[in-house]
Amino acid sequence: MSVRVIPIGERRELASRRRAAVENVSAYLFLLPAVVFITVFKILPALYAIYISFFKWDIIQGPFRGLANYSDVLWADETRASRFWQSLSTTFTYLVITIPLEMGFALIVAYVLFQKLRGRAIYRTLYYLPYVTSTVAAAAVFNWIYHPQYGTLNQLIGLFGIGPQRWLEEPDGVFTMIASSIGATLPAWSAGPSLALVSVAGFSIWHFLGFQILIFLGGLGNIPAEYYEAAKLDGAGNRLLFTRITLPLLSPQIFFVFTIACIGVLRAFNEFFVLTNGGPLDTTRTVSLLVFRTFFQQGQIGYGSALGVILTLIILAFTLLQFRVLERRVHYG
Amino acid sequence: MRPARARWSGSVGKHLVLILTSVLVAYPFYFMLNTSLKSFFEATTVPPTFFPTEGLRLDNYAEAWSKAPWPRYFANTLLVAGANTLGELVTAVLAAYAFARMQFRGKNVLFALFLATYMMPGEATLIPNFVMMSKAPPGTNPLFPIPRLNLYDTYWAQILPFLASAFSVFLLRQQFLAVPQELHDAARIDGAGHVRFLWSIVLPISVPALVTVAIISFYGSWNAFQWPLIVTSNPDIRPIQVGLNAFRAEAGSSYHLLMAAAAFCVAPIVLLYLVGQRYLVQGVARTGIRG
Repeated sequence: MSVRVIPIGERRELASRRRAAVENVSAYLFLLPAVVFITVFKILPALYAIYISFFKWDIIQGPFRGLANYSDVLWADETRASRFWQSLSTTFTYLVITIPLEMGFALIVAYVLFQKLRGRAIYRTLYYLPYVTSTVAAAAVFNWIYHPQYGTLNQLIGLFGIGPQRWLEEPDGVFTMIASSIGATLPAWSAGPSLALVSVAGFSIWHFLGFQILIFLGGLGNIPAEYYEAAKLDGAGNRLLFTRITLPLLSPQIFFVFTIACIGVLRAFNEFFVLTNGGPLDTTRTVSLLVFRTFFQQGQIGYGSALGVILTLIILAFTLLQFRVLERRVHYG
Repeated sequence: MRPARARWSGSVGKHLVLILTSVLVAYPFYFMLNTSLKSFFEATTVPPTFFPTEGLRLDNYAEAWSKAPWPRYFANTLLVAGANTLGELVTAVLAAYAFARMQFRGKNVLFALFLATYMMPGEATLIPNFVMMSKAPPGTNPLFPIPRLNLYDTYWAQILPFLASAFSVFLLRQQFLAVPQELHDAARIDGAGHVRFLWSIVLPISVPALVTVAIISFYGSWNAFQWPLIVTSNPDIRPIQVGLNAFRAEAGSSYHLLMAAAAFCVAPIVLLYLVGQRYLVQGVARTGIRG
């Protein structure tokens, strides 16, 4: 009978290799459920979306069209292309109206709220309330606040001597409306966004204000108090403190909120669906609404996918921008 | 020290900003409750009244409740949101633990995979997931090129796509990384493997992070609208938000009833917020999700 003698070194190595193998297997088992669900419902579908967008696909899969869905949507098919570009311009107009107002407002409120004031906690709780409320319920309420006949907003502006408006049902541009109220007429290109779009923006600002205030408050909390004290010793006034200390040191949060808000606005669907459903005269039909209509209401899955892929790419550009800048901030900041 | 008067006027200005903002933020809630307590006649009176003048019509709530299958909508939402929350917690805890505390081949590749899904907006997967949930049209291959799960109009269609979230994995991974290595070493000496260590040490000290993930997940399912709108048509399995949207059309001009319905749809999530505010705010502040 022979006994094979394994040297101690080799035995240790074997043991550690076995341990590593066991660790590997158990790690894979731990990851398995998450990986399965993410693969089946996120990764593969993203590839399917691209696949579908290469076909004529109305309810059932039709012939391969290559990039024709894309070219149709972007330029070749006149109706589709004009619909797409109009939606894209509506989306970006909406972005331009909403984001500066929302961020400016949130920044001011956060700055004031950050001072040691009585009742801070209550204010904070209150401001955050719209954000947790579902968009469907909140938009149903705004539908009636904006109502041309029964709405209370018309009552409010009536106090200032302004006549009733049609708000969500008004396709006219706001610049045109302002100009005509003082008896001037503007050329068509300078009509401005429809009052309906501005009204949806009003809802959006109300809904997301608390989220931005929260992020800004977090950032303000990170600024060392000594900076302010030192600047005050040097005789800096409140405005100088704000522009020279608060704003620069808050820049990561400002940038973060900006990109998150851009992504949120580009994806906005519920509020448009409930408040205007794209009307009046398609002046509030954003790209995400166009995707929904094309694929769900008209059953044009191929075209819808092409639009969805384009929208995804636009959103991804903002996401990558956000990751890059924030990463740089973390590494070298 | 600044003179007392200057300090006082300064804080008045600040309070003015805060109070004005509060009025703007709170007004829609007030409008909802106010209108929900008016009679049909008073709700459509022009100009609108600032208080219900005919007494509080609490029976509006009972009437709105009886006009649609609300108990069903609530039960559906609770079921789906509960399943999503539980499932997401389980998958996220396991994956986050592996990323935080285990060494294995392909860790970086898998982590990049999770990061990629985190960055991908829901718009990318909306249509293919819908196609996947629907039935294969007759005469087409149910597995290729796109597998058909034939789950349209089921609870599964509302649950399965949300059983794993890269966001939760990242949030928990951060938390698990913060568990001191000494605890791990001590547990190992006592003969505890990963499962024991995770179950009896890591999870108990991570309760706040787990609650944050659970609340954010629950909140997301409670307010879900677009996805259930497209993968269901049967009111028996539809959730609250879709039900509320349908009720908008049914209520027509009876908007005192619509406001009552909006109020009871919003109430549970507002209560959850008031109770779990700390966790929700922490989670959002840390990661910045936007609904």
